[in-house]
Amino acid sequence: MLEVSVETKSFASDKNCSKSILSSIHFYLKEGEVGAILGPSGYGKTTLMRIIAGLDKDFIGNVTYPKSWRLGAVFQEPRLLPWRSISDNLKISTPHDQQEYCAKLLDIFGLNKHLDLFPGQLSLGLARRVALVRALAIKPDILLLDEPFVSLDEQLAQELRIELSRVIDASNITTLLVTHDIDEAIALSDRLYLFSKTIPASIHEVIDNPMARHALAPEAARELKEKILTALSKEQTKQAN
Amino acid sequence: MIRALSFISLVILWQIGALLSEPRQLPGPIIVVQTIVREAQSGALLTHLMATTLRVCAAFLLAMSLGTAIGYMMGRVKTIDRLLDPWTVILLNVPALVVIVLSYIWFGLTETAAIGAVALNKLPNVIITIREGARSLSQEYEDLATVFKFSAINRLRHIIIPQLGPYIAATMRTGLSLVWKLVLIVELLGRSDGIGFQINLAFQLFDMRLLLAYALPFITLMLIIETFLVQPFERRVSRWRNNDA
Repeated sequence: MLEVSVETKSFASDKNCSKSILSSIHFYLKEGEVGAILGPSGYGKTTLMRIIAGLDKDFIGNVTYPKSWRLGAVFQEPRLLPWRSISDNLKISTPHDQQEYCAKLLDIFGLNKHLDLFPGQLSLGLARRVALVRALAIKPDILLLDEPFVSLDEQLAQELRIELSRVIDASNITTLLVTHDIDEAIALSDRLYLFSKTIPASIHEVIDNPMARHALAPEAARELKEKILTALSKEQTKQAN
Repeated sequence: MIRALSFISLVILWQIGALLSEPRQLPGPIIVVQTIVREAQSGALLTHLMATTLRVCAAFLLAMSLGTAIGYMMGRVKTIDRLLDPWTVILLNVPALVVIVLSYIWFGLTETAAIGAVALNKLPNVIITIREGARSLSQEYEDLATVFKFSAINRLRHIIIPQLGPYIAATMRTGLSLVWKLVLIVELLGRSDGIGFQINLAFQLFDMRLLLAYALPFITLMLIIETFLVQPFERRVSRWRNNDA
């Protein structure tokens, strides 16, 4: 189980005082569950990801998961090493015993033709796929996805979501997705955590999605989306008052 | 092609100059080549050339490795930077000759003193360039290495060195020319072999032929190293930049 508990996270601002940007964020994900943090850009979602990934230790609270668990991440931009070819990029981060699995993933995500290229020669869509394969190839127990499909055309994003869903379910990966895209959150995650549009940000509503990673009936999907939009606008009116 | 033409015109100019002046002041290219052949046949040229080249290599490698390590630490750790920065600035501004003479006085007319003095002259230069490189290392790739649990060696090989590559190449390029010029001076002042020593001898004998016969092969060798080692290295480290779509 992944347990996240962030009491406060502050950044030092200019006048020797600090500014709190996250507060009272508590949630957990059971093994194999997918959670989504849904909220607008610029409200500390990426900061929360960095905290969970262990990149930011300067916060009050704690993040716990079994010591043996491996963590993989897809950053908001593909973040491939521009000075190494695609195959080298993958080789460097993939453990030796996982290389075969990596080859299988390359096949699934249709990257075999591009292995000798350098990241600068790839389209954004391809680069994002490589970043995804890199994270999956280490056979992670926890997968962190920070807006993994942002600025891709919808059709491609959808294809990638379907492939990703299959791998997540097949390998039982506990996944946390950060996104501002409601459809993406609905398609992938069992539980949606709605981030408040306040500073400091916190989770103001949790919505369960029993139909995650299945072909959703359009009616059901629309209903769920309605519900999320209502929750988001309710929060906005609350703020306005 | 243009390079070759430029080179040929230089030789022609040299020949014209030689015809117009006294042979003692400027011997022609043919006489100089004859002298080179003579010195090479006696084995002296090779001995001195080797001695100088080894000194250049030793001083260069010493300055590069030490300077890269110190520069990297200064770029990454603020305290070390504050501690060593004044020393770097002082060293950068002490004339090369002072360092060389002091080194000979303190450590004697030895090989270590000679190579050390040259390396010390090049050192601040390397430090400052590499420090700049270390300061500009991307936090994003550092994070990547942390999340994917890169080993220390992989971090160095795949994250740090590729980013420092252009800085290392830049300092190598300016470094080699500075080092070999200084090596000739330390040889002239305190060694009993090497190109610098031979040039000193030629100077005392006012023998222009001998002077050119030692200077030219050495300059050629340095040009070869520059063209076939330093420049390919530079191209290699910046190769990926040309691959942008």
